[in-house]
Amino acid sequence: MTKYIGKSIKRVEDKRFITGQGSYTDDIKIPNMTHAYILRSPYAHANINSIDTTAAAEADGVVAIFTGSDIPEAIAGVPCGWQVDFKNGDTMKEPPHPLLCRTKVRHVGDGIAIVIANTKTQAKDASELIEVDYDILDAVTCPKKAAEEGAPLVHNDVPNNMAFDWELGNPKEEVSAAMATASHVTELDFINQRMVPNAMEPRSAIGLYDTAYDKYTLYTSTQNPHLIRLLMCAFVLGIPEHKVRVVGPDVGGGFGSKIFHYVEEALVIWASKEIGRPIKWTSDRSEAFLTDAHGRDHITNAKMGFDADGKIVALQAYTYANMGGYLSTFAPAVPTYLHGTLLQGLYTTPKINVDVKAMFTHTNAVDAYRGAGRPEATYLLERLLDLAALEMNTDPAELRMKNFIPAFDGVEQEGYVTQVALQYDSGNYEPVLKRALEMVGYEAFREEQAAQSNGKLLGIGFSTYIEACGIAPSAVVGALGARAGLFESAQVRVQPTGKVSVYTGSHSHGQGHETTFAQVVADRMGIPLEDVDIIHGDSDSVAFGMGTYGSRSLAVGGSAIVKSVDKVLEKGAKIAAHLLEASADDLEYAEGKWTVKGTDKSVGFGDVSLTAYVPHNYPEGLEPGLDMNAFYDPANFTYPFGAHIAIVEIDKETGHVKLKRFIAVDDVGNVINPMIVDGQIHGGLAQGIGQAMLEGAQYDDTGQLINGSYMDYCMPRADDFPSFEIDRTVTPCPHNPLGVKGAGEAGAIGSTPAVVNAVVDALWKGGFKVKDVPMPMTPERVWNAMQS
Amino acid sequence: MIPTSFEYKNAGSVADAIGMLGDDGQILGGGQSLIPALKLRLNSPGVLVDISKVDAIKGISDNEKSITVGGGATHASIASNADLDSAAPMLVQAAREIGDIQVRNRGTIGGSIAHADPAADWPAVLLASDANVMIQNKDGKRTVDIDQFFKGFYETALEEGEVITGISIPKSGFNKNSAYAKFKQPASRFAIVGCAAAVDIDGGVVKEARVAMTGVSECAYRVTAVEKALVGKALTAENIEAAVGDVTEGRDVMSDHYASEKYRTHLASVYAKRALKKLL
Amino acid sequence: MANKISVTVNGTTHTGEVEGRVLLVDYLREHLSLTGTHIGCDTSSCGACTVHVDGKAIKSCTMLAAQADGASVTTVEGLSSNGELHPIQEGFKEEHGLQCGFCTPGMMMTATDLLKNNADPSEQEIREALEGNFCRCTGYHNIVKSIQYAAKKMATTA
Repeated sequence: MTKYIGKSIKRVEDKRFITGQGSYTDDIKIPNMTHAYILRSPYAHANINSIDTTAAAEADGVVAIFTGSDIPEAIAGVPCGWQVDFKNGDTMKEPPHPLLCRTKVRHVGDGIAIVIANTKTQAKDASELIEVDYDILDAVTCPKKAAEEGAPLVHNDVPNNMAFDWELGNPKEEVSAAMATASHVTELDFINQRMVPNAMEPRSAIGLYDTAYDKYTLYTSTQNPHLIRLLMCAFVLGIPEHKVRVVGPDVGGGFGSKIFHYVEEALVIWASKEIGRPIKWTSDRSEAFLTDAHGRDHITNAKMGFDADGKIVALQAYTYANMGGYLSTFAPAVPTYLHGTLLQGLYTTPKINVDVKAMFTHTNAVDAYRGAGRPEATYLLERLLDLAALEMNTDPAELRMKNFIPAFDGVEQEGYVTQVALQYDSGNYEPVLKRALEMVGYEAFREEQAAQSNGKLLGIGFSTYIEACGIAPSAVVGALGARAGLFESAQVRVQPTGKVSVYTGSHSHGQGHETTFAQVVADRMGIPLEDVDIIHGDSDSVAFGMGTYGSRSLAVGGSAIVKSVDKVLEKGAKIAAHLLEASADDLEYAEGKWTVKGTDKSVGFGDVSLTAYVPHNYPEGLEPGLDMNAFYDPANFTYPFGAHIAIVEIDKETGHVKLKRFIAVDDVGNVINPMIVDGQIHGGLAQGIGQAMLEGAQYDDTGQLINGSYMDYCMPRADDFPSFEIDRTVTPCPHNPLGVKGAGEAGAIGSTPAVVNAVVDALWKGGFKVKDVPMPMTPERVWNAMQS
Repeated sequence: MIPTSFEYKNAGSVADAIGMLGDDGQILGGGQSLIPALKLRLNSPGVLVDISKVDAIKGISDNEKSITVGGGATHASIASNADLDSAAPMLVQAAREIGDIQVRNRGTIGGSIAHADPAADWPAVLLASDANVMIQNKDGKRTVDIDQFFKGFYETALEEGEVITGISIPKSGFNKNSAYAKFKQPASRFAIVGCAAAVDIDGGVVKEARVAMTGVSECAYRVTAVEKALVGKALTAENIEAAVGDVTEGRDVMSDHYASEKYRTHLASVYAKRALKKLL
Repeated sequence: MANKISVTVNGTTHTGEVEGRVLLVDYLREHLSLTGTHIGCDTSSCGACTVHVDGKAIKSCTMLAAQADGASVTTVEGLSSNGELHPIQEGFKEEHGLQCGFCTPGMMMTATDLLKNNADPSEQEIREALEGNFCRCTGYHNIVKSIQYAAKKMATTA
């Protein structure tokens, strides 16, 4: 029955992209459209004394200029979507994030004024005529320093710059008692550095107000149009939601950075009504560096204790998480419920405690970036494990095997209950590591490593990770502070001729939903793939949606589609039963037709759909039509896992690291389209490896982003990587109808520590017993490690 | 990113271009350094005089004793030039490492050395090659010895109203046996350090050597101490190791977020050795 | 200070006036509505804007429209002919060389330039040739395979 599922069907969306006919927000032109340029603060922390727009307002082509004081007081700013309160019960500090600054700027790139003109050139030219008088103030960019007494305050009403503090797991006393029994304790201080997401399409938004219909339209490069509409209408502008259409057209990558509701979206909508013309704003890359929410940025101290047999007995972690100047949409969830909850890893660690301080600093906001919290958790665990193996002179693969949670399928065996608030769905961890070892040729590698003598150091690094995705049961996330549900919706509309349009609340920005979802629907309905069309991204056509992030589209969105399809088939069966003069219970559905069991009497899907719309001979009491919608709220997160191995070679003279091989064996549950899943893994690996070796935002002490362009921020290129060697095992998810877990983030979550571990391994084998090389591991940092 | 407003003038010849410059004009060659600077509004000329269509300065010609590379020759045309590959392989090697395919297809050698980015590849290579820079101005033509050309941070002997028409590379023994080695800044792919080495070997010993560094200091320079130390000795790995000491002596070594002064100093020696060892 | 230009784009000659500072990419996107050529950065790094000018791959964000006067420009919209995909387009589809599609036009334009000069590139040569094109989705793995596919296809049909 699976004609399509499990096959590498070529993507149906490709044609428009390879012929240049993709339609990204900046490609859209609307008659009478104006163009906006946003003047931004060059300072990280300053009081605004005055803003003089007189000269700019008279410049060629200028239609309007708005500053913070032009925006009604009632529009306080963009909201945060997740509330994490202090340990002592105090409410999370949530200062407003205004659309444009009124009196104070809090990071370089904070908006000062929006200049709207007939062309983008005119808007840019005019912006240079605006005079802003600032009083520059001291800034703090490091989350640890921000917590120190006397640090400059980001918000005057937030003492010690702390947004909240948070703790999870076993009580600290229990963890220290267990730690005290350890025969070896590995301790590591590290920084999980700040990443710039760098989706290749810069953010863009078009705001349009239609006076005739009193209706707004927002085109925006977003991963979740309905969420933007909800946040913008209900929490920012106070405009009626049914009068707003939000479209996320073709979107050029997101990686988390396009989940969030950004000030520019609300600005162009608000201003479009003010000026009575459509407004387009498109970010420059330089602006993107300053304003697209960043990722990671943790400063962590962690300790892992082992007994004499190498079994982990305790884990204690302390983290300062940088929130930036404002709380972005999902920011509070990232270092907490997406990070602390993953510290069980794949291991049977009996005592775990994680303590997090979330800090405001004079930097751009930090929020979810591919993996979001889970890469930080994986990095913490996997660095500790490989380092412990080096310190204890034991094999890192064996050390892991010794500590793995035994296999459980979540059906016959219960899901595994962790010390940090989760219950894993299903897992079988040894096979992924064994397969990876086999692929790498582990014993042969160790021999080659020992024999290496050409001025190069060879190293191998491991990472065996777990992640939580398919986010997630609404009731659970609600209890954890989410201000939204995390279900998904779908609608299957069957046309009279039997063709099928599927409306999904998921949003594809590279994931290939138009293909994968169609494979699911075509197989389930037994109809040709060509008869299925997947529609997403437009709030006027898709009833509702929570969007795409956290590797949730297939597990949650796909399940909603399956539910809708099943409802269609259920209704179809009633019509078929009527046509076949049989009982619906006596029918079976296969290959696009209903057959009376044990007979050759059957009716095809097309005949049933036609009957549904031409109900001349029709079951009594049954509504005509064959449209069904469904909402799916998952029973649990899904828990993909895998084993990653990196092999590196260090040039001893320069410290340059060459990634020689990268092996990834991932288990993402059932796979609908292997080609697309492999592509997701590849992309994730590149981002994870990029973090280890190349990327990282650097703010100086005054709050300037000193590598805010591609000339300085190192984007991974084709020649930075070898071909990846990947494979998978399949442990189905027991709680969703497709048995899928999600593949979007796995590569980015697992890979980073493997690469750093490989470099540290190479250094140890070369006689340089360092605990850490800070990321990104630039040649100088690696070279420095060899000078000690 | 949009440049400030300027007047664009397309020059039919170098003489035309010089005439068009006026008080507020700048020459636009391949534009691979200038246009990015214009877009970031770091540079805002009143007039931009385009010489990218002046065919007369685009060629690479072999003239018995030297090869003349037109100021408008693109990096790509140098990278694929067989005469240069035989007469001065370091030029071809360097050209292949500049920017990327697209930048090499537009960017020119004249534009690059006029810009004189301290981390650019050409300055080291041309210093090592003992090139002459051919310059035209309203009064006629002049030639500047490459040793006199690079004056400092983004500063050259080129004066207002002048255009680089060509670079003359001697067909010398040392150019025939030359190599370029570069340690790239991974983001910009400019040189953190680059070394061009050209060594003439006669009767088994070094007769003449020219070794030049880029990326290290405010502008490219020759390392005469190394050159002298090599002369009269066989070019062997041991002799190279012995000859290359601190190749940054007397220079202010640059320091940035990617490579500190100490590390850059170290790399400079490593790459001086690597360039020379490519000749073994 | 408008400059009169005449540019042949994908075989069609366009005559018009542009300000000196108009970049070729903006001319293509805004004046000619050829939005397949994208803008991904402002430092001539990412290559999303790559087109061919007189047969060579260049970054259209780092060339003035006025400089293209008299030139022949090919953009992604001009890659296929008579409704048939160019082998590089076919390669990207067959080998899943694209995800979000934003970098894809530029990638394909650089790849065709590479294959013109090197019909049978090694994997390393392909990786090095993509130095001026960034992709954030694919990890480049399948882009390399797409270009290998095209090379093979072009060799058998040439």
